[in-house]
This record gives sequence, C-alpha cells and structure tokens, in this order.
Amino acid sequence: MTTISQPDNAVIAGMSESARSRAPRRVRGLSDRAIAWLFVAPTIALLLAINIFPLIWMIRLSFTSLNLSMSYLPLRFVGLDNFTDILGDEDVWFRLQTTAQFVIWSVTLQVIIGFGLALLINRQFRGHSFWTTIILLPMMLSPAVVGNFWTLLLQPQIGPFNYLISLFTGVPPSSFSMTGQVSLAPWTIVLVDTWMWAPYVMLICLAGLRSIPDYIYEAAEVDRASAWRQFWSITLPMTVPFLMLAVLFRAIENFKMFDMVNLLTSGGPGSTTELVSITLKRAAFEKWRTGYSSALAIILFVTVFGAANIYVKALNKVKQR
Amino acid sequence: MSGSAGAKSGMSRWFLRGPWEAGAMTLIGGGIVMLVQPWSIDLYSYSFATILAGTVGYVIVSHFPE
Repeated sequence: MTTISQPDNAVIAGMSESARSRAPRRVRGLSDRAIAWLFVAPTIALLLAINIFPLIWMIRLSFTSLNLSMSYLPLRFVGLDNFTDILGDEDVWFRLQTTAQFVIWSVTLQVIIGFGLALLINRQFRGHSFWTTIILLPMMLSPAVVGNFWTLLLQPQIGPFNYLISLFTGVPPSSFSMTGQVSLAPWTIVLVDTWMWAPYVMLICLAGLRSIPDYIYEAAEVDRASAWRQFWSITLPMTVPFLMLAVLFRAIENFKMFDMVNLLTSGGPGSTTELVSITLKRAAFEKWRTGYSSALAIILFVTVFGAANIYVKALNKVKQR
Repeated sequence: MSGSAGAKSGMSRWFLRGPWEAGAMTLIGGGIVMLVQPWSIDLYSYSFATILAGTVGYVIVSHFPE
C-alpha cells in the first residue's frame, strides 16, 4: 500500500510545484515576457518615433539637395556633396573655431571658479547650507530665463551691470554695450555661461572632495605637511578624475550650446558670437537648405557622440575608484 | 591542439580592448582638434572622416575582451 501511495504523493507534490511556479508567470493568459514587452512597448515606440526615425530621416536628407523654400522641386540624390561643401566651407570652419574658443574659455573659468567654490563650501561654517543653495540657484534656472534676464541686466541704458562697471571704472554706463560690441560680446556669453554652470562644476568637485578619506589628511598632519603641500599632494590629485568628468561634460554641453546665446546675442554683432549651432539653425530655418543643414547636423552629432564615448569611459573610471 | 591554442592566445593578445580603445579615443580626440583648429583647412577637411573612423572603431573595439 505504502509503495503505491508514495509515488502518488510525489506526483501530486510535483504537479502542485509546477502549478505553483506557473501561477505567478501567467496573468490573464499572458506570460512574464509578454507583460514585460507590454510595459516597455510604448516607450520603445515613442523612442523610435521621436529619436530614431528623425535621425534616420536626417541621414537620408543629408544625401539630398532638398531646399524647403523650393520643396516643389524633385528630391535629388547628391551623394556626399553636402559633406564636402561643409568640410571645405571657411565660414563653417570659422564658426567651429568660435565655438571652440567659447568652449575653452567658459569651461576653464567654470572649472577654476567651481573648484574654488567647492573648496570653500567643503569647510563647515555657519550658514553653509544657505550659501550652498544660493550658489546652486543659477544652475536650476532655464537657459531661456537666464538669457532673458541677462539681456535686461546688460541693457546699456537701464541695465544695472553697466552701472556697476561704471562705478568701478568711471566709464559712462551708456557708452558701451556688452552684447552689441564686437570686442565684448564673446566675453559676455562666456560670462553668462560661467555664471550659470560654475555651480554644476562645484557640485561635481564637492563630490570629489568629500570622497577623500580623512585619514589621509591626518597622516599628512602627522608628517607636518603644510596646507599648501596637502592641497598639491592630496586634494588636487584625488579630485582630478572628477574635474576631468566636469570638463568633458561641460565641453560637450557647450559645444551644443544654442538657446542662451541665441537669446543673448543671436550670434551677433555680425557673426562674432555665432556658434556652430546657430549656423545650423540659420542654414535650416532661414536659408531653408535642408540637405546641407542635415549634413552639418550629422557632423555635429558624430562629434558629440565620439566625445560622449570618451566621457562615458572617464565616468566608468571614476566609478571604479 | 596546442598550436591552435597558441594561435588563439596570440589572436586574443592582439585584440585586447585596452590599447585599441585608447587608439580609438586618440583618433576621436585628434579629429575634434582637427575640426576646430585655426591653422589648416586641409586638416579641417579630413576631421570628420577621422572622428567617424574613431567613433566607429570605438564601438567595435569596445566589444573586444578585456
């Protein structure tokens, strides 16, 4: 009897186990995999529609001579002509140099000021949280808002910025225009971008400074190392990976900069502050050279994508620390 | 058997990710410098090809073994 009942129990136990394991896997007849796809599908569809499809469409257009002001003309395939035009165009080359100068100056200032602010904020003092919040405020604003209110601040007749400069230098406030003069406009966009993004660099540097263990400084104190020596031998080397991260991120972001500069100077006076993103917008939506501007957009996209690869590599190195 | 294993280890020694990744990143960095430098328009003309080669190369070599 017992020999017969034992396998029966095992079968029942086995069945109940498989039934139990199957139960959570099926909800109203759908497998786990199907449910997962059901949740992910809207996101994938949206991503394909908003990101991937326009990208593929743009790649296709970059090989054509499409001009939207003459869209009645048949679409003509021109091969790599748009790319060779851009890569032989001195105007685009100059705009890329302007962009590089903007990136170099703004990132350098942001790193110096951001790192300095991080060193100050890293010391615990009265009102430390309040000042941290105040410093972080510009970073939280929209670039459109920043562009608009700096336009007002820099206004030669009523803007307080010119009055402040005149207070220190004695130059009449309405005698110079920060956004309208060839010699001053490039520095103005650097100034505003630095004002907005130095706090971001400060945050990254602060993370780096807080990651340095106290015992290293204690050992340096025991060795009677001066504060200057501690800075050069401990603080700076251990924060360098974080600084590199900030430099790469800000360089990529500033290379793509459009909104704030467009609001502040619109690339002027002349083309003094015309960054390559503004050239792209002008080619696409003022001259309506869609094929040409698509090719330029691809050149910028590949450049940013390449730089982003280096950025991700640097990020992984920092994570491994 | 040992010959094929030796050849395999020789191949994997050649296709290590580290140096190839470094090479691809140098190509990308060099291409970006070529794109924005103010001295030679010829360098500017070949910049995109350099960046593209570096980027495509990076995507490929990032799948190599460590």
